[in-house]
Amino acid sequence: MAKKPIQFQLNGSSKSVFVEEGQNLLEVLRREVGDLTPKLGCAQGACGSCTVLIDGEQIVSCLTLAETVEGASVETAAGLANGPTLHALQEAFMDGFAAQCGFCTPGMLVSAKALLDKNPSPSRGDVIEAISGNLCRCTGYEPIIDAILAAAGNGHNSAGRYSGSGRQS
Amino acid sequence: MIEFRKDIFADERDDNLNEIGKPTRRQDILGHVTGRSPFYDDHQFEGLLHLKCLRSPHHHARIRSIDTKPAEQMPGVHRIIQGSDVKVNLNTLLSLMNFGEDDEPVLSDKKVSYVGEPILAVVAETERQAFDAIAKIRVDYEVLPHVLDPEEALQPNAPLVNETMPGNAFPYHEKYNHQKLRFGDVEAAFAQADHIVEDRYQMSPIEQAPIEMCGAIAAPETNDRFVCYTSTQALFFSLGTAAKVLDVPSNRLHFIGGTVGGGFGGKVDSLHEPLAILGCMLTGRAVRYAFDRQEEMQVGAPRGAERWYIKDAVMNDGRITARKFTGYFDVGAYTRLSSYAIIKAAGHLPGPYTIPNVYADIYCVYTNRTPATAMRGFGITGVDFAIESHMDQIAHKLGMNPIELRLINSYMDGDMKAHRREAKNTALVECMQVAAEKSGWNIAPDFKAMSSHNGGEGWRSEIPHTVTDTNGQIGNGVPASTVRPATTSIPAYVPSQNPSYAAPPAQPARPVSPPTPQSNVQATPTAPPQASAPASSSTPKRPRVSRFSSISGTRRR
Amino acid sequence: MTMHSGRGFAAINYPIGMNLGGDPSQALVHSNPDGKFTVALSSIDLGQGMKSVTRQIAAETLGIPVADVYVDTADSDTGPHCMGSFASRGTHRVGNAVIEAATEARGVMLEAAAEELEVNPEDLVTDGKGNIHVRGAPSRSITTAEACGVAQFQQGKTVSGRGIFLIPLSDVDPDTGEMTPVSCFAHAALVVDLEVDDMTGEVTVLKMNSAYEVGRALNPRLVEQQLIGGAWMGVSHALYETTEPYYPDRSHGPQDFGSYIMPGPGEVVPHDIAILERPAPDGPFGGKGPGEMCANPVLPAVANAVFNAVGVRITDLPITPEKILRGIKANGGAQPQGIV
Repeated sequence: MAKKPIQFQLNGSSKSVFVEEGQNLLEVLRREVGDLTPKLGCAQGACGSCTVLIDGEQIVSCLTLAETVEGASVETAAGLANGPTLHALQEAFMDGFAAQCGFCTPGMLVSAKALLDKNPSPSRGDVIEAISGNLCRCTGYEPIIDAILAAAGNGHNSAGRYSGSGRQS
Repeated sequence: MIEFRKDIFADERDDNLNEIGKPTRRQDILGHVTGRSPFYDDHQFEGLLHLKCLRSPHHHARIRSIDTKPAEQMPGVHRIIQGSDVKVNLNTLLSLMNFGEDDEPVLSDKKVSYVGEPILAVVAETERQAFDAIAKIRVDYEVLPHVLDPEEALQPNAPLVNETMPGNAFPYHEKYNHQKLRFGDVEAAFAQADHIVEDRYQMSPIEQAPIEMCGAIAAPETNDRFVCYTSTQALFFSLGTAAKVLDVPSNRLHFIGGTVGGGFGGKVDSLHEPLAILGCMLTGRAVRYAFDRQEEMQVGAPRGAERWYIKDAVMNDGRITARKFTGYFDVGAYTRLSSYAIIKAAGHLPGPYTIPNVYADIYCVYTNRTPATAMRGFGITGVDFAIESHMDQIAHKLGMNPIELRLINSYMDGDMKAHRREAKNTALVECMQVAAEKSGWNIAPDFKAMSSHNGGEGWRSEIPHTVTDTNGQIGNGVPASTVRPATTSIPAYVPSQNPSYAAPPAQPARPVSPPTPQSNVQATPTAPPQASAPASSSTPKRPRVSRFSSISGTRRR
Repeated sequence: MTMHSGRGFAAINYPIGMNLGGDPSQALVHSNPDGKFTVALSSIDLGQGMKSVTRQIAAETLGIPVADVYVDTADSDTGPHCMGSFASRGTHRVGNAVIEAATEARGVMLEAAAEELEVNPEDLVTDGKGNIHVRGAPSRSITTAEACGVAQFQQGKTVSGRGIFLIPLSDVDPDTGEMTPVSCFAHAALVVDLEVDDMTGEVTVLKMNSAYEVGRALNPRLVEQQLIGGAWMGVSHALYETTEPYYPDRSHGPQDFGSYIMPGPGEVVPHDIAILERPAPDGPFGGKGPGEMCANPVLPAVANAVFNAVGVRITDLPITPEKILRGIKANGGAQPQGIV
């Protein structure tokens, strides 16, 4: 099969790789570039664990032809932290116990970043819409929604839900 | 909102611990939010090959012949793996615990028993090439009659699904074609009940659906060993299974896992590790074998369907005096873990209630569908749906508050459970009280004052006279009804003759009874009626074979 | 079209672990010379928090801060045998194995400290902050790091421990089902409030109130994760999920998440939970394992609430709009059962 050279920005650094015609972006990111943060959860475009941003837009990389990102800017969860400094979303997910198995987490964070980049003060409904293409089987979504709102500084802090000291009656 | 009711059972706890009880962050959380947690598929190998299986398109078919030649010539194909390449091509998962009999091939190249059953495997440079090669393989099938309903599968003339399991039922304790639970005399209680409430409940097959799909990557390691990265929920289950079917010493296998993207029971079956390692042995290359999502949904084992029939004897004051279950676990074509889950279900009955007469027959039934396996609440979730739906049907019939009905029958400390062990450390009463309070569902003051500490009085702690039977016996035993002496001198439970009981009303509008189980094993055709009651002690005594058998139907390794 | 409110209740108990026993798990604990401990397991963390809860159990037992413990799962070359993470056995079985291993390691650490302080090991206590001192005399102390250092560099002792937990295999009487299943039970009761649309048959779950008894919430946030996520799964099982929509017919099985339906973030049900803790005598610090049982009360509670709303008793999961509409039709219309 013919290989085609492409160049794109991945989390701000330039990447040049040869891709096969028809090869999907998820496979290229994971196997050719070595960015393992997008996850393979269905290869059907339905679970959202492979979500990346292409020029700021949420995209499922499993259904994206790699050759179409020529010249584009691709962002993944690997680019969220600034060196050792975590993104506010990452901090909020940690504080809010918003991950269990952690497999959907990178895609979930990317979808949340896409939202906050465009809308720094989202409503709960905005958050729900933004992550509606990301499936999670562990958490029941509520801690994730709360964590994204907490990161936006706009919702109640998810840690506040918890009356850990117990109740005396 | 979460609240901790530290006031309840406060005197049973020391809450002043350093680390226990603290909301400490997860150890793995930084890895999760940075995407660095190492799942099995996050390990990279040079020259990784991919394994895919040719799968049965039929529910049930004999394989006359397989022609793999056209596939061998296809681009990228490194190896076609057949059943004959698997050294021990028959296994059952729980053989690692000495439970059950080997009944499932790794690759079924003689007969297929469900749609999707793997027949052979192709190892190629890409998944696409593997699929293209599979499309070239020609299989000559002789399609056989199939059975999909568990009750039909128990009929005498049903197609035989699994040749290791005559009669399509798992043999329990080398003795019966079902698991029995017998406590007291349900028929006597039915005869004296104010009401009989019965119905049929059906649990659907459900996919575990973890977001990470099942798979394994095997690669050659130094010193003639193989490393295997896996999504398994049970590392040594998978290692032991691979060692057994590939006939290699366990210390030549190096399994790495432990960081898994959800499981919910769907990653116990150890289907991927043996084939990935075998592919690695046969090609000398790293081999990845993973389900795609379609395979997860239709080939990977789901939570199996369960069908439960419940018949209760109920008094007007809300006491349940007898509960009879007939349960069918539709386990699909092979046993996997279902035989064990049924024993778990038997030990769970009659649910969290103290009922003086309990009877259950639970069948592990083979049908021509995807084998079932574990899922969150295995053996319990399905029957809890049945029991708790049934409790509401009783409350509706009696016009009672459904929470109060449950509190009347709730098990408490000191009560005797149907499997003949004392209930301890119970907390059902308090959970019901708190849930009622939180939701503003009123219950009477007497019920608010109840406590789990107050069980075990009178008959509640006793083992009653119990009627036993030999229905469903396997082999040449003569069915007989016997009365087993109670271990105490307390007589069988008799509902009190409280004059306030009204006359029994009409039968339920929609009684649904289980059919009398057909004994299609080699039992005598004159199977007795179900537990005739009261049992006569004049019936011939069956020789006692042994007090206990092993938990396994058959001990074999 | 009318929306009918319904309320349903269910209560359950749940057996912890493989019910008949015979399922061992092992743990190894050892210290570096600076008092930092590693717990080696072959147990699996699939999101339930195995690494985190065993870390807290090890720290509590050793008497050191949780930051001084790292849990390593699962490498068959270094982690000792474990049956695996299923049947709610992880916290209970592995937790007990970790306690045994950590207790042995703690014993060596205290012996080393006793030799340095010239006292009996029985007279020593840990403060959980990294110090070992003589009971009643906090000034006579040594850090856990120093104790582990002298043990390894001066006294020639390995600060390590081995643990295994096994409930021996129970037999089962074939005739009566007499057996010794499980050693402890978790409990739950749950109330569901929902609405049923009698024109579409659609169910909207509005609220859940519940009480879960978990023995001890070893980490309350991990317990919360299980209960919130598990109850969500219960709603999903009750109303949506099946791989065989026309069971026992095999046709129309879903192949993807477009046809295998689960509630999404827009269908999150507000859930108020009370956690009760009645420690299990044989559980690690009384913990029972809440991971599996959390979904179980939801399924029947939803079925009971649907009956309460429209008088249709669905006995066949999942409770689809089609089944509800057929039931309403068979009854000649919705039959609300009234406020309970």
